[in-house]
Amino acid sequence: MSKGVAITGMGIISAIGNNVAENYRSLIAGRTGISQISKIDTLHKDSIMVGEIEFTNRELEGKLGLSPNNNYSRTALLGAIAAKEAIADAKILDIKAYRTGIISSTSVGGMDMTEKYYYDYLESGDNRRYIEGHHAGDSTEKIAEQLGIDQSLVTTISTACSSAANAIMFGARLIKTGQLDRVIVGGADCLSKFTINGFKTLMILSDTHSTPFDENRKGLNLGEAAAYLVLESEMLVKKENKKVLGYVAGYGNANDAFHQTASSENGDGATLSMEKALTVAGLKPKDIDYINAHGTATGNNDLSEGRAIIRVFGKEVPEFSSTKAFTGHTLAAAGAIEAVYAILSLQNNIIYPNLNFKTPMKEFTLIPETTLKEKVLNTVLSNSLGFGGNCSTLIFSKNP
Amino acid sequence: MEKVFINSIGSISAQKTFDNNDFLEEITTYEDNVISAIEPNYKDFIPPAAARRMAKGIKMGVVAAKIAIEEANLTNVDAIITGTGMGCVRDSEKFVTAILDNQEQFLTPTSFIQSTHNTVAGQIALGIGCKGYNFTYVHSSVSFESALLDALMQLQTKEAENILIGGVDESGEHTNAIHKLIHHIKPEKINSNKLLQSNTEGAVFGEGANFFVLSNNKQNSSYAQILGVKTFNTLPQSELATNLEEFLKNNNLSVDDIDVLISGNNGDLNFDNYYLELSKGLFKNTQQVYYKHLSGEFNTASSFGFWVGAKILKSQHIPSEITLNTIKSKGFGTVLLYNQYRGKNHSFTLLRQC
Amino acid sequence: MSDLKQELKEKIITQLNLEDIAIDEIADNDSLFGDGLGLDSIDALELIVMLDKDYGIKLTDPKEGKKIFESIEVMSNYITTHRTK
Repeated sequence: MSKGVAITGMGIISAIGNNVAENYRSLIAGRTGISQISKIDTLHKDSIMVGEIEFTNRELEGKLGLSPNNNYSRTALLGAIAAKEAIADAKILDIKAYRTGIISSTSVGGMDMTEKYYYDYLESGDNRRYIEGHHAGDSTEKIAEQLGIDQSLVTTISTACSSAANAIMFGARLIKTGQLDRVIVGGADCLSKFTINGFKTLMILSDTHSTPFDENRKGLNLGEAAAYLVLESEMLVKKENKKVLGYVAGYGNANDAFHQTASSENGDGATLSMEKALTVAGLKPKDIDYINAHGTATGNNDLSEGRAIIRVFGKEVPEFSSTKAFTGHTLAAAGAIEAVYAILSLQNNIIYPNLNFKTPMKEFTLIPETTLKEKVLNTVLSNSLGFGGNCSTLIFSKNP
Repeated sequence: MEKVFINSIGSISAQKTFDNNDFLEEITTYEDNVISAIEPNYKDFIPPAAARRMAKGIKMGVVAAKIAIEEANLTNVDAIITGTGMGCVRDSEKFVTAILDNQEQFLTPTSFIQSTHNTVAGQIALGIGCKGYNFTYVHSSVSFESALLDALMQLQTKEAENILIGGVDESGEHTNAIHKLIHHIKPEKINSNKLLQSNTEGAVFGEGANFFVLSNNKQNSSYAQILGVKTFNTLPQSELATNLEEFLKNNNLSVDDIDVLISGNNGDLNFDNYYLELSKGLFKNTQQVYYKHLSGEFNTASSFGFWVGAKILKSQHIPSEITLNTIKSKGFGTVLLYNQYRGKNHSFTLLRQC
Repeated sequence: MSDLKQELKEKIITQLNLEDIAIDEIADNDSLFGDGLGLDSIDALELIVMLDKDYGIKLTDPKEGKKIFESIEVMSNYITTHRTK
């Protein structure tokens, strides 16, 4: 077992706040960010609820000081805002002083602009600058440029809803193996007609506030968000006498290899990813103080994940909750959003409520925390599970 | 640190490469600005029930993976790591078109499900029942190299023994149409053999899937050893040579140790100067090879270059169709690959005979 | 065979890309899912859209589909009773 990787900064923008402090205040106040959709003109606007970020693209462009003819997708805009906060939080003055890379993740990428100008591109030259902004790596390239990261390792991961957790995992490996001294890791996804309609066809969108782990759950709320962490090597932390917010202590990725979209009945993949993460962290299940579950509130996820949790933790399941009812399911970004929440949990010794829970599921006796709870926390386990059977677990700790 | 080997290959490209016994013996010459992969009979590889929802890219990826796994004499692997620049564009195009044409009504899930970038890696896992690590990198022209770096780290540290990696991209009709409008695709149809003399902007777009089983256990059938890979999001032309020399130095090598340079030239007037910087500079006395006239340009075309490198080292032979200069090395011990796309996302990869 | 049953078989084959299956290979009482034709939950979602688009029948709970899509026979009876177009 090796030491955890230090986290020295974080940044976030989500439906419950435009920075880390605002997100924390909403979590503590039990204030959800779920509402009716206002920024996308979709046929389904009355039959879905989403976690939307209050700023318009124009406002976000203003915050970043972009010229009007920029070609940033909303994913890139959100990503740049959150990544800049992370850099400031880590008090990085000269990004080039150490070998610094960025590992981002997204599933939507520039799809918001593609679906807007899809036919327009063929007719007029006005918006063709966005064509190059479609591919998934584009938002990462723009974030790198905003942060001044050049001539370095910059890449993007897309594994559906576990993407950002995987970006954090890969970043931690890069630090551990000495490839980089510092790496910005996380993910960004904006809302789009593409994902709204996609999840609609799967019939897993709730028409009201989502209710993770509830017997009567009706499906998920989509959300948009971006979050990034700054990971730094032990050498850098010592040399610069950096303040460490927490550590990435363990990580595990496994594939359910069961079905393209659904999780297996017994949560094989999630069980494996949690077990791997515990092994990497050198911890036993009893050492975990809180689980921030994936908990999307779809019939399938919560059952499969719940069963996996029971398989790993047996009769002693620690306190757990899903924060999806606050933010919505932010797809590729979810793992990073919840990583920020996990660190805030550790810093403040706080467990967040699983909003909207009423009735326990009939398949098991698991009951999430429904009110804000204070507890001394040393470790938080966070799950991210996605399409393609992709299952990821991260373990964060207060101490190395 | 463990040594890492390429134990097997599987390739579907615009050339007939799906038979591992051949090495570009039959060349297909194109006169076009978009070229398609030559497909095997998929039914020989994928059961019809599994294949019925798969778009071309997924089929290419699944079959190339299958060929590689079989050649490595394995039935499963410890991890599957893919790279794809554009992902499953055909399904994405299909779903966007359906949304727009039907005003968000009567949409069906299949193309949405298949459009996610990790579909190929997920389908391979599903096909062979691999519950191991499963990652997909989606960063333009370093998508494949990111997968390679991830696999290298895990194999060098013995976290895994056999890892399947691959690069896959399919071309889509709408994607090609709009890339012609912004001149990323050449305006004129051009003969494959004259690609580098085109003197026009843009590239000839292609598609393909190239998969490899990497392992820290050398087999008799191994193709090559992988010494290292390094990627750069940006790299000014003026800094290219210095960075490359440093990369070689970190691998205890110098320019003189390189027997073959495999260069990613795609005939784009605006960006081939990066390659010329090396071919006319540091490596002017080194044997040089190019391949994009055979494969077309796509975000993971460098995985075809990697396939070429592996083939050269194992066969100790360079087909005349891919030679870029007249210099002949005495033997092929160490091969360097350099690639970039539109001046961004550069990569250096080093392979050695094993 | 009734026209509706014939029509359903044709639609299932084209929409679900069952290109290797001929119409006469699907018997009216064959189960469409599991051991029968081998359809899965994604196909069920495709069929729900078909009910809506072609016959004006809206299902809100995918679980309802399980019973309706049991066989061509059951499906055709259901459509005959509930169709609005």
